[in-house]
Amino acid sequence: MSHHIVEVKNLKHVYADGTIALKDLSFTIHHGESVAIIGANGAGKSTLLLHLNGYLAPTVGEVRIGGFPLTPETLPEIRRTVGMVFQDPDDQLFMPTVYEDVAFGPCNLGLPEEEVRQRVGEALEKVGAGHLAQKPPYHLSGGEKKRVAIATVLSMSPDILVMDEPTNGLDPFSRRQLIGLLKDFHHTRIFTSHDLDMVIELCERTIVLHQGEVKADGPTVAIFNNAQLLAECRLEKPLSMQGCPICGRS
Amino acid sequence: MRSIDGAVLDLKRLDLLATGDSIIHRLDARAKVITTLFFIVMVVSYKRYALAELTPFLFFPVITLALSNLPISYILKKIAAILPLALFVGLFNPLFDRETQVLLGPVAISGGWISLISIMGRSALTVGSAFILIATTGFIAVCHALNRLGMPRVFTIQLLFLYRYIFVLTEEATRTTRARELRACGKKGLGFSSFGPLIGHLLIRTWARAERIHMAMVVRGFSGEFHSRQINRFGHKEYLYVIGWSLVFIILRTEDITRIVGAAFTGIFS
Repeated sequence: MSHHIVEVKNLKHVYADGTIALKDLSFTIHHGESVAIIGANGAGKSTLLLHLNGYLAPTVGEVRIGGFPLTPETLPEIRRTVGMVFQDPDDQLFMPTVYEDVAFGPCNLGLPEEEVRQRVGEALEKVGAGHLAQKPPYHLSGGEKKRVAIATVLSMSPDILVMDEPTNGLDPFSRRQLIGLLKDFHHTRIFTSHDLDMVIELCERTIVLHQGEVKADGPTVAIFNNAQLLAECRLEKPLSMQGCPICGRS
Repeated sequence: MRSIDGAVLDLKRLDLLATGDSIIHRLDARAKVITTLFFIVMVVSYKRYALAELTPFLFFPVITLALSNLPISYILKKIAAILPLALFVGLFNPLFDRETQVLLGPVAISGGWISLISIMGRSALTVGSAFILIATTGFIAVCHALNRLGMPRVFTIQLLFLYRYIFVLTEEATRTTRARELRACGKKGLGFSSFGPLIGHLLIRTWARAERIHMAMVVRGFSGEFHSRQINRFGHKEYLYVIGWSLVFIILRTEDITRIVGAAFTGIFS
């Protein structure tokens, strides 16, 4: 799997209660791209993310990661390839200490202890949380939890990083710190977010979902300049692209 | 809901105490677990009128407490908090068991009073030693120790998860009940009828969270097997600790130390 390509073809997902969450989605994300998936509440963003690592199976259509379809045989490798960071870090940090949590993935990969230790050390250093290794997760602040949650997937050496609302609930400093961190990554990155200012900083491409369909897919700046599209999809221009709230000048 | 908040903070405090550094803290958790269990079995094994025989057992909690630099007042408060429960257990003993057991000069003390005090003494000893164990070892290390001493893995995992999520769940429960209380304007709200849906909601949210946690585990390659680090440092110190204390407990249990000491004293003075 040298090319970390994510291909979604005619994806449709219907939940057991009959709700049609995704109608007919198709897009391809290439190696090293940083892509935002934005849309109103209930547009289907989270459902889409859960297809990218095989947690949900398509009702119709196909998802391919690195050229491989999602099948029970390819699933373990695909789950290693696609590192997924959830919205609420409390869901992601379930082990008694930070170290054990970051080691959870590598241990499941069956790596020898020495390599596990090395990977945990590197992942924690990368997110600036080396000093937290022996702490239990409930002693961490929101920003620390988020960074440790990212370390838990980094330790599996993923090729593709998928993050659901990464800046949600962070104070301005932690948010800025996280954006700085994510900028440095060279993985293929896929974010969902309502933090459109973060999207401008991190993603050159944006996919707009609306009622389970791809409403637009293109360069982030072009999409944020399309006022009509944004209004139709219950979105608005990022604050940094709007005029000054006091004098109105941009 | 302040009491739940307080309880959680208390758990966190115990956890922080366990990160301290002392001779007792540094011992392998298994040594402390075995010794404490043995201590509890010994203390509980006495007959119900035992009182004088129990006093030498105070050595164990007192010495470990002194060696571990724990805040003594905190542990005493913890013990005091459970004594009413013990009192409740033995509350009716003085009423039903009126036979005189001891004569202190003109005062006749009935068996009921002695057994009541014995129950409270034993509670204080056993609960105190268990608190000291947790405060010097930490709940998580105690779980791992129990696992390595033969407790089934599935129980250990259950306990670890319980401990991890007790903080998240109590926070959620506190927020929900706070919201309810604030809108009840000092009254009882809708009374018990509003508690039903509230608990139902909490259950559903807990369920949803469990699913999300499972998802987080599955995407990191979880396939039913838990791997954890095995740190083996059961060395001379640990053997010495376990065997030393066990011998002390056995001697205290089989020989009547208080009587021997008493006899020695009366021998000296007579």
